[in-house]
Amino acid sequence: MIHRYQNNGYNIVMDIDSGAVHVTDEVTYDAIPLFEEGKTKSEIEKILQDKYSLEEIDEAIGEITSLKEAGSLFTEDEYREFVMDFKKRKTVVKALCLHIAHDCNLACRYCFAEEGEYHGRRALMSFDVGKRALDFLIENSGNRVNLEVDFFGGEPLMNVEVVKQLVEYGRSREQECNKKFRFTLTTNGVLLNDEIMEFANREMANVVMSLDGRPEVNDKMRPFRNGRGSYDVIVPKFLKFAKMREELGLSYYVRGTFTHENLDFSKDILHYADLGFKEISIEPVVASPDEPYAIKEEDLPKILEEYDKLAVELLKRKKEGRGVDFFHFMIDLEQGPCVIKRLSGCGSGTEYLAVTPWGDFYPCHQFVGNEDFLLGNVYEGIQNTKVRDEFKLCNVYAKPKCRECFARYYCSGGCAANAYQFHGSITDAYDIGCEMQKKRIECAIMMKAAEA
Amino acid sequence: MKHIKTLNTRLGCGECQTC
Repeated sequence: MIHRYQNNGYNIVMDIDSGAVHVTDEVTYDAIPLFEEGKTKSEIEKILQDKYSLEEIDEAIGEITSLKEAGSLFTEDEYREFVMDFKKRKTVVKALCLHIAHDCNLACRYCFAEEGEYHGRRALMSFDVGKRALDFLIENSGNRVNLEVDFFGGEPLMNVEVVKQLVEYGRSREQECNKKFRFTLTTNGVLLNDEIMEFANREMANVVMSLDGRPEVNDKMRPFRNGRGSYDVIVPKFLKFAKMREELGLSYYVRGTFTHENLDFSKDILHYADLGFKEISIEPVVASPDEPYAIKEEDLPKILEEYDKLAVELLKRKKEGRGVDFFHFMIDLEQGPCVIKRLSGCGSGTEYLAVTPWGDFYPCHQFVGNEDFLLGNVYEGIQNTKVRDEFKLCNVYAKPKCRECFARYYCSGGCAANAYQFHGSITDAYDIGCEMQKKRIECAIMMKAAEA
Repeated sequence: MKHIKTLNTRLGCGECQTC
């Protein structure tokens, strides 16, 4: 399968099943689809001769032929059976999203957790529940060495003492169990102080700092419960935190959400960069279509144009020596994830589970509170194997929309929770999200072409 | 190659990071 597109003056040809990416001139760009249709050399010459010289056409056909013979053009998909075999293997758990607090000190308008409460009661996770979750992870992780635990909420810093106790407990078991914990933290920053930053810099492999960009955008969407904006409270703390982590060589992301109300979101990303943040991410809101801030299909042309504009601006800034990393434009064409990882996606419901404050398991944080997806609990393990097995089989080839999509090796089939929210099935795909993902991949590859 | 430039010369142990 071939995907070709033009972006920022580059003609790009992706050979999907090999992962090879080519930049071509005009004659080759025009000849490739004719070659793919099975046209003969003389037929291609005849079709293109008004536009190019015969010599150019023949040279292009020669190069296309040699790339095909080398296995980097018109390659076949040989992974379908492979991924089904993989799914027969024993399930191991290697990552937990610990809902350390179902409570929050902000009242973000778009929050799927409804002010941190997740359609249920306000609660903080006890040390006992958290300890049992870590024990479950150790016991059910098979021979996996690297285990991950994300402290999530609500706002996890509302229960920071339990976070510290659980990190200490996890570290105390690493050596005896031959495991390594990779702890991460997602925070709104309100309760950050020097002591917590120092703790996080010692123990957290990554920190996600939630901020929505420009002050007026952030404060409209991320107010305190009394309606006051949060920007002025959190930005100085985040800047200090980010600088500390940069100096220590530690990872972080400042991460926002854009909505129908700031479709010019490239300005928010550049605002992060102008503030001094180096590792940046922004996600489109996923919301019920009747919400005023929900992204609608008619917003797509503007959104896709914003991504194009952003890619060009980030290239310019990089050339000027003030580049930043935008999560969705980072792509590794030389290695990236292995094929199995690319085809099986995030691992939700199998390798990756969310744990509520009272110890219930769900496939991921976005399913928490939906009883149809309750998988079990930290004391009795996974009991709902029917749902778990549905997730186990949820890979790119199980999704009709993904099977023939050019982006499948880069997007891994998208988000099961979003697909369920919009179509009632985890093997469907959230169409608006797909269009944005495809554009981001095209931009990321264009940037590679520009830097080559 | 005169007409085509290839950007990459190089396509589940479970040890890498896991949405």
